[in-house]
Amino acid sequence: MSDIVEEENTHGIGVPVRRREDLRFITGKGNYTDDISQPGQVHALFCRSPLARANITSLDFTDAMQVPGVIACYSGKEMVKDEIGDLPCGWMVNSKDGSEMLSAPHPPLAVDTVNYVGEPFAIVIAESIEAARQGVDAAAVEFEELNPVVDLSTAAQSEQLYEGIPNNRAYQWALGDEEATRTAFAKASHVTSLELSNNRLIPNAIEPRACLGAYDSSTGDYTLYTTSQNPHLERLVLSAFVNIAPEHKLRIIAPDVGGGFGSKIFIYPEETSVIWAAAKVGKPIKWVAERGESFLADAHGRDHLTQAELAMDEAGRFTGLRVKTAANLGAYLSTFGSSVPTYLYGTLLAGQYKTPNIYVEVDGIYTNTAPVDAYRGAGRPEATYVVERIVEQAARELGKDPADLRRMNMIQPEDFPYETPVALTYDTGNYEASLDKALELIDYAGFENRRSDSAERGKRRGIGFACYIEACGLAPSKLAIELGAGVGLYESGEIRFNATGSVSVFTGSHSHGQGHETTFSQIVSDKLGVPYDQVEVIHGDTGRMEFGLGTYGSRSLAVGGSALYAAADKIIEKGRKIAAHMMEADLESVSFDKGQFLVDDSNQSLSIQEVAFASYVPANYPEDLEPGLSEKAFYDPKNFTYPAGTHIAEVEIDIEVGSVELVDFVAVDDFGHIINPMVVHGQVHGGLAQGVGQAMFENCVYDDFGQLLTGSFMDYCMPRADDLPNFRVDTTVTPCTHNPLGVKGCGEAGAIGSPAAVMNAITHALGVKDISMPATPEKVWQSIRGE
Amino acid sequence: MQVSLKVNGEEHNLDVSPSKLLVDFVREDLGLTGTHVGCDTSQCGACTVHLDGRAVKSCSILVAQIDGAEVLTIEGIGTTEDLHPMQAAFRECHALQCGFCTPGMIMQAIELIESTPDLDDDRIREGLKGNICRCTGYQNIVKAIQMVADTK
Repeated sequence: MSDIVEEENTHGIGVPVRRREDLRFITGKGNYTDDISQPGQVHALFCRSPLARANITSLDFTDAMQVPGVIACYSGKEMVKDEIGDLPCGWMVNSKDGSEMLSAPHPPLAVDTVNYVGEPFAIVIAESIEAARQGVDAAAVEFEELNPVVDLSTAAQSEQLYEGIPNNRAYQWALGDEEATRTAFAKASHVTSLELSNNRLIPNAIEPRACLGAYDSSTGDYTLYTTSQNPHLERLVLSAFVNIAPEHKLRIIAPDVGGGFGSKIFIYPEETSVIWAAAKVGKPIKWVAERGESFLADAHGRDHLTQAELAMDEAGRFTGLRVKTAANLGAYLSTFGSSVPTYLYGTLLAGQYKTPNIYVEVDGIYTNTAPVDAYRGAGRPEATYVVERIVEQAARELGKDPADLRRMNMIQPEDFPYETPVALTYDTGNYEASLDKALELIDYAGFENRRSDSAERGKRRGIGFACYIEACGLAPSKLAIELGAGVGLYESGEIRFNATGSVSVFTGSHSHGQGHETTFSQIVSDKLGVPYDQVEVIHGDTGRMEFGLGTYGSRSLAVGGSALYAAADKIIEKGRKIAAHMMEADLESVSFDKGQFLVDDSNQSLSIQEVAFASYVPANYPEDLEPGLSEKAFYDPKNFTYPAGTHIAEVEIDIEVGSVELVDFVAVDDFGHIINPMVVHGQVHGGLAQGVGQAMFENCVYDDFGQLLTGSFMDYCMPRADDLPNFRVDTTVTPCTHNPLGVKGCGEAGAIGSPAAVMNAITHALGVKDISMPATPEKVWQSIRGE
Repeated sequence: MQVSLKVNGEEHNLDVSPSKLLVDFVREDLGLTGTHVGCDTSQCGACTVHLDGRAVKSCSILVAQIDGAEVLTIEGIGTTEDLHPMQAAFRECHALQCGFCTPGMIMQAIELIESTPDLDDDRIREGLKGNICRCTGYQNIVKAIQMVADTK
């Protein structure tokens, strides 16, 4: 049974503490990768393919090496010679017939063929960026042009791109009971069908990717500063698979990172080439992407074509959902590219509903486009888009109120834990509570009046819902590894009391805007009763913390925060032993509360700072206990967390010009307990902006030849301040049942629910079944005219 | 070529390449790395500084163009101990997340406040058109600017 719990406002947890990291960012003292330089540093630029598919027939650096300042040029062949491995995909996805995923070989620098525009095939290193640029221009390359495969809808029937990969298909994955679902459809009294596309997006963190690689020949140590969301994973891959150096000789530092949104999870060709080349030239090498390179060569997001059918009984209860999706993987399988349209997508198709039979098939398809991988939400926005668009359409076909149809199909609080037909077990939730709150906030009852007002002004108004669910804090490791994950999915945390009572906290999570330095300090301060300003959080350096899996999938608090909680428990346990000894009390009689060790039925107490000091100056100290007060923990989640909520969008459309104004947007989310509501609201705003961007503005377009037509901020429509409304956000709380903080994760929800809500509102206003994202004025105008 | 410039109140007489961009000059030659580069088409505004009191994109200005000018960067408007009201408002309103667009956003916001009377939500949003933030959805940035505007 899941009840709505009123949040208690205690010290530390739950307080909107202003962020400590802000002080350096607002004064221009942030320390991003491009802000770091080393003596003797040289610069790298890449030769990138101008063609979507071609054989490299010759590559000659003679002229490039003549350019003053150019010191080295290397091709993919040199990397092969040095036994540098291909970039691996970290998740093995089997096809429904049991066969293994077919991976296209992905060398860091293309060797014989290039497979997307922008693919790097050589690195030019020079004393200045200008010289490197001239060197790139002077590199003499000849290509034999091949027919590119660009269009996802025909790619499986097009020319085969890779030997041994027929139909350009990496896998044909399936989940659910096909036969039972077929039966459900046979018995259905109504079936709603919908064809949907989920538009391809370019992440565009405002800090472009960058790296600075250095090699110390006296020790054999490599150091790579890089814009990474997960430096330890980067080290693991570069060591174990790519063969740069053993892990203990490779240090990865991800300093301040200017946004990631998924795109900085992956192990890319550029930093791989730079750290390898740094040893060859014996100088530190810096590379900073130009925005044009980010557009071409950062992993893109989404890009699905889907056919969906929803079966219902005569009352409107969902009895079956059948989904067939073609997912564009791009030219190569990026680090987690295989898992996004499968385990992070198909498993979410139950949504908030009790649909008993679900079957999904996903074809992972190669095309001559940039690799596609996780982008904020990663699979879950795509799943939500399918479920929430088809449910809305079903309501229209049945003549039912879309809120009512959802409500009657929702999993109820007493149903938890709830096992879905697509492999997940939801631990808790109260979906109607979020729906009710959102309906009230948007004044659903007043919609028809507002619609009439709009009509009087010659405008069309629409309202659209999305009741989303997501799975965060990917887990547990054993299950994920059984399903093909190449790494565990735990997180590490270490709490180190210094002798004088301050606390250094090390986390394997990485903050690139999320504010962990503040929120993780709140957790530790709250749990250990240490003043907030005596706690410091350190992250992003494989040389300073043992291990970590970084930040993605809204996992940092649920997994990384839980690791810190577990480490704090160990601190308290050891502290009790020390305190019991010092106060000459039985261990059983010593408890801990708000920073004090207390002896039952006495007025004796010791502060945790006094105990910490005693642990480092062990004069009066238990003989069988090691000195020091420092503990680490690895936390492996028992289950995913399941944030959920209702997003409602209201739009007004100018039918003369087709422009859509998002006049109101309400998001009511259940993230479990909240550590810092200010940060949570900020995360929701940002996610919503990206989701609204997908629905209304953003679109990655390749032409038939595989040339990227949206390769700059002039062509790719980023949401700007005057494109967006003030979002109205609120929360409900059902605490997660299986992590110690009762938290779920808030980073992606905004981007997950909002596209479906906005598109449901637009199609509602227009009275049409579908319009493809982004709903640009041109498309809307054509739709109004029935074109 | 010889150019003299005042940056954050400090005089610089220098011999620069005619192709040197202002943003590269402040970042590389002066080590003022608070001014950022987020694009290559003058679209994102991360490099916004003040040039003789006006907000400009420093990626689009050659040092050679601005002999005798006064330049103000994010480092010149306030310190951790003595924040500019706009810096303080950005922190108070959670108007930043990753912080990369923030210096440019703050420099633009300061000019907006100084040049536009009666700022409201629409005018602030209009005035931020040239600065892209990918993290915040702009909402708290608008709030921060309004907060400063309201105290003027």
